Amino acid sequence: MSKLVSKKFSLTNVALAIAAPLAAAIFSILISSLAVLASHKSPLLAYKTMWEFGTQAGSLMEAVNSATPYYIAAIAIAVTFRAGLFNIGVEGQLRLGALFSCYIGAMFVLPPVLHVLVIFLLAMTVGGLWAAIAAYLKVKRGVNEVISTIMLNSLAGGLSAYLLSKHFAVIEEGSNNLQTKQLPASAQFPDLMPLLRRIGIGDQPGGGVYGMFFVAVALGILFWFVVNRTRFGFELRASGQNPIAARFSGVNSKKMTFIALVISGAIAGLSGLPTVLGETHSYNLGFRAGIGFSAIAVALLGRNSAGGMAFSALLFGFLEVSSRSLELIDIAPETYVIMQGSILLSSVIAYEVVRRFKLTLQSKELAKVELA
Amino acid sequence: MSIAVELRHIAKRFPGVVANKDVSLIVETGTVHALVGENGAGKSTVMKILYGMQRPDSGEILVNGQQVHFKTPNDAIDAGIGMVHQHFMLADNFTVLENIILGSEPHHGATIDFAGARKKVVDMAQQYGLDIDPDVLVEELGVGQRQRVEILKVLFRGANILIFDEPTAVLVPQEVDDLFQALEGLRAQGMALIFISHKLDEVLRVADEVTVVRQGSTVAQVKSKGVTARQLAELMVGSELPKPSTLGHTRREEITLSLKDVTIPTKTGSRDLLSEITFQLHAGEVIGIAGVEGNGQAELVDAIMGLRDYTGSIQFNGSSIDELSVADRHDLGIGLIPEDRQRQALMMTSPLWENRILGHQRSKPVMRGFVIDKKATIESTRTIMQEFDVRAPGPDTLAAALSGGNQQKFIVGREMSKAPALLVASHPTRGVDVGAQGAIWDVLRSAREKGMAILLISADLEELIGMSDRLLVMLRGRLTAELDPADTTPEQLGSAMTGAV
Amino acid sequence: MKNKTTRLLLNATYLLLLISIIRLVTGATDLTSVGTASAALLLSIPIILAGLGGLFSERAGVVNIGLEGMMILGAWAGGFIGSKHGPWLGLVAAIIFGAVGALLHAIATISFGVDHVVSGVAINIIAAGLVRYLSTILYQGGSWPGPSQSPDVKGISLNGLPVLSGGHFFGWQSPDILTPIAEKHWFLISDLIGIIRGITGDLSYVTLIAFLFIPMSFFVLWKTAFGLRLRSAGEAPVAAESLGVNVYAMKYAGVLISGGLAGLGGGFLAIVAANHYQENQVAGRGYIGLAALLFGNYRPGGILAGAALFGFADALQLRDSASIHALILLIAAILAYLVYRDMKRGKMLSASISAVMAAGSVWFYFAVKELPGQLVTMTPYIATLLVMSLASQRLRMPAADGMPYRRGGLR
Repeated sequence: MSKLVSKKFSLTNVALAIAAPLAAAIFSILISSLAVLASHKSPLLAYKTMWEFGTQAGSLMEAVNSATPYYIAAIAIAVTFRAGLFNIGVEGQLRLGALFSCYIGAMFVLPPVLHVLVIFLLAMTVGGLWAAIAAYLKVKRGVNEVISTIMLNSLAGGLSAYLLSKHFAVIEEGSNNLQTKQLPASAQFPDLMPLLRRIGIGDQPGGGVYGMFFVAVALGILFWFVVNRTRFGFELRASGQNPIAARFSGVNSKKMTFIALVISGAIAGLSGLPTVLGETHSYNLGFRAGIGFSAIAVALLGRNSAGGMAFSALLFGFLEVSSRSLELIDIAPETYVIMQGSILLSSVIAYEVVRRFKLTLQSKELAKVELA
Repeated sequence: MSIAVELRHIAKRFPGVVANKDVSLIVETGTVHALVGENGAGKSTVMKILYGMQRPDSGEILVNGQQVHFKTPNDAIDAGIGMVHQHFMLADNFTVLENIILGSEPHHGATIDFAGARKKVVDMAQQYGLDIDPDVLVEELGVGQRQRVEILKVLFRGANILIFDEPTAVLVPQEVDDLFQALEGLRAQGMALIFISHKLDEVLRVADEVTVVRQGSTVAQVKSKGVTARQLAELMVGSELPKPSTLGHTRREEITLSLKDVTIPTKTGSRDLLSEITFQLHAGEVIGIAGVEGNGQAELVDAIMGLRDYTGSIQFNGSSIDELSVADRHDLGIGLIPEDRQRQALMMTSPLWENRILGHQRSKPVMRGFVIDKKATIESTRTIMQEFDVRAPGPDTLAAALSGGNQQKFIVGREMSKAPALLVASHPTRGVDVGAQGAIWDVLRSAREKGMAILLISADLEELIGMSDRLLVMLRGRLTAELDPADTTPEQLGSAMTGAV
Repeated sequence: MKNKTTRLLLNATYLLLLISIIRLVTGATDLTSVGTASAALLLSIPIILAGLGGLFSERAGVVNIGLEGMMILGAWAGGFIGSKHGPWLGLVAAIIFGAVGALLHAIATISFGVDHVVSGVAINIIAAGLVRYLSTILYQGGSWPGPSQSPDVKGISLNGLPVLSGGHFFGWQSPDILTPIAEKHWFLISDLIGIIRGITGDLSYVTLIAFLFIPMSFFVLWKTAFGLRLRSAGEAPVAAESLGVNVYAMKYAGVLISGGLAGLGGGFLAIVAANHYQENQVAGRGYIGLAALLFGNYRPGGILAGAALFGFADALQLRDSASIHALILLIAAILAYLVYRDMKRGKMLSASISAVMAAGSVWFYFAVKELPGQLVTMTPYIATLLVMSLASQRLRMPAADGMPYRRGGLR
């Protein structure tokens, strides 16, 4: 029984699965080292510093916190990637989701769990609606969703700035920061410290692990299940792999496009919430920008799979947090973006190379079978 | 007469496939030399090597007595070799002139000398009797005209050795006559013509000599005068060829499919894509739809399956399905073998068991509610592979790894697994090796006996005549003739298809 | 051909008439002023360059979403290298940097077969990060405002048409006949003159050169052998290969040219439109250039029309919010036309949506007297969305655009 022609578990298959990320890792370490050398510093010292800083308990917790919104946003993007679409508008969807849910969520008080759920719902609705604009344009007028979602990103930025400064903000005495009214205690998502203390991890300066970590994990499992095991997931993947064959098999491609984009927007809306619910408890000017774009990198690196994206999100989170320590040895912390960029580029190329190589090997295997 | 082209012991492997093992060929100037063999025997590959699109692993090529090593098609073109491809290599959005001069553009300083090129093309066209309008967009041309552009392409570059790859595959008998006339003219000018085909009657008509290739090696080189089609066929296959045929009358009373005045207009308001199609298909009956490609057959399939909007009415088992979606029609019991298996019926990068779900993702056995029942699906896939002789290691095999014939057998098996009352089979044996072709015909035959209604669309005249109970001819979107296959020869069918009758 | 040009001129005239009427009605004189027209031309150039970049790439069959990233690279290079070595060298550097970004995209998509959109998005992410990193390394404190901005670049001199628009040649300053006419605010005439004076006076030489790229692109792509072969790579690569065309080389050429043009567009932004590089300067113009390409149906003339529209919207946004306010009325008018057209075709759903939007625009015009700054800056993006919604239906993409290609026609 030939090993390569199937997707089953085997040594060769495992080796191939590791090959691409390994090649990507090596390449990006090379590029990053070059970048560090360019500023006349030692790469080894840089990596050592990052590792020492990054593996401290506090840093690790921060890395997980950093990764949580990346992961959720990456899932949102992966839903569309799998369907052959590109929702680049996650950045705008999550921003508006966070803004509206904070503003409206601070208007009333509900019992704790319910309040949080309502905020979730608000964020998902706003994100979904914002994505629906692009979905409608694509389905009804054939507008390329890459361009429309990017335009909507810019619009979301301007709209949120306007709404915050003119309508939604509450002026705090002596503070330059504009922010929405603080969310009441019932709307705050408790962190995971109680659990962690029980397994012996003490409190750290800088706060604990966001509670929404669990939400992210649950979302990941749900994503895996729906995409791989349900009819909807099958039709989603079929639309991405071969839209014509999908149509022939009875998939309504316009409906699928619309639904995929809206679901993606709804999940994206959630991804703005971890920081908001776990730390700041309001939407303000300092709202973290760029989650949406890093999430694209996470999705690409993780090959749109639940497990791969989890690993990528954690990796990026770790790199991001640990690279702050570079400032201490006089290296620009922006080296992190070089690392991120080189990982992205090299992994995207490496995956393709390995895919072609695998196909070649498989054809050879199959020929041996046929001739036998 | 001298030897224009000689191939000695050419061998070529691709990843996983031995395309050529030992192919030898000798072609003299001023002759038409045919290269025959079944699908997958290696004819196309050896011609690609001669044309410079591939390099041989071993063996020699001699042109006009000199050994040559072609690195790119440009080298072959320089040596005077021109290839008229089976699947036309034309840019639809370019004009005829642009297609002809691409790669060999005449200059006028920095710009292309369009005027000079146009004159040369028009003169050449007249000289060889290949009339064409150089400023028309290729996408507006019919099949026969496109082939003329392909021929002009090679003549423009001064070819005197022409390779024709399955040139009659898409032509009707009248267009074939035109082509053969042109071939006569070229031969009279001293050109060497290589003619690849598996249509043996035509080969014997036009060729002087025949080389037979089987499983990658030359098995015979004969003069066409001294051999019959039957003998050639047996050399090609090594055994007797299967013949499409159906026995007896199995037609039942019930009407499975009924079309009335089905029409699909075109957006631009000119002639309709489908025009008032009306016919009835009974259970246990095979209706063959004959017609030159592009006369509405694809649109007919689209209408029946619900992929396109139409006016008029379609009834399945007595009730109207006009308002039903594609998915609903599938689920009602209409099976489809689409024209282009790779584009329309398979997910190439997925394993067979996932392809098993395609088209059936709303019902058992693959589904349990809205969740995929992986175990049942794999079982079902295994069963299909066994029953329909799909040669692959297992249900986990990626669809892309299978040969064309095995892919098609899998698709047929998949559709049969839900025992549809109606099967729409569009070119079911196109590009499929002889063994698989016979197997598929057997499947269709036995399904018909069991009461399945089959709508067969095909360009293979023998298949149509052999497998159908009734023949309907489509021309320009209309049904123009009904013929009894028992009384129809391929020539008569061809005439009806072009409206010459 | 003849009725196509006449139809175009007719449409342009209708549009001018409409704008003049709105100008009179709302009193927003800046709609057709010299200053606005001049700014519109200036701001349309980066979009023209990005659009032409997209043209060369997609005609060769490679989708290039990475234009934005290449423009960012070009802007950065223009600012930093231009500040050290002068504006012209800055522009050359901008072209080179843009082309390097394109080289990455080309290698990934052509040689390795990575999905075009994925590679383009990756290039954008990488470019944005890279320039931030480079700025940080080069930042030396002192006279610089900060790492998100480059030092100032010396400007390129301006000139204009003689006699009509106040140009100066060899020391002679010619009269400026058109400006006074434009300032009279006569219906239609002043509007037209204002636009003409705006686009013929106070021009940078680079603007002129960039503008000339449009007819040059047409010439290269449709009149030379190189252009024919490049287009064949995007229409029918296997056919082209069978005729001896080096398809890989053509695709690489298309992508590299596209990067150079995009880079030049970014450099233009940093050196001519502004006088230094600023982080987030490009602000989506790479994507708007793509939109212009789609709007123009993959032809240079169409790109010009699209870029002119976007440049106009961009210019208004920078100058006077009263004009944007008036623009809302224009949008309402266009939507009303859409309603009419859809109703004639029986598309009731689209017609009613457009009608609602038209009514909403009119209400918005009267309800909001002055537009807040943040919303005004959104004009180009809204314009892009609107234009794409109207124009996407009848696109004629190169037949093999976006498809991976391997020699021998293999997968």
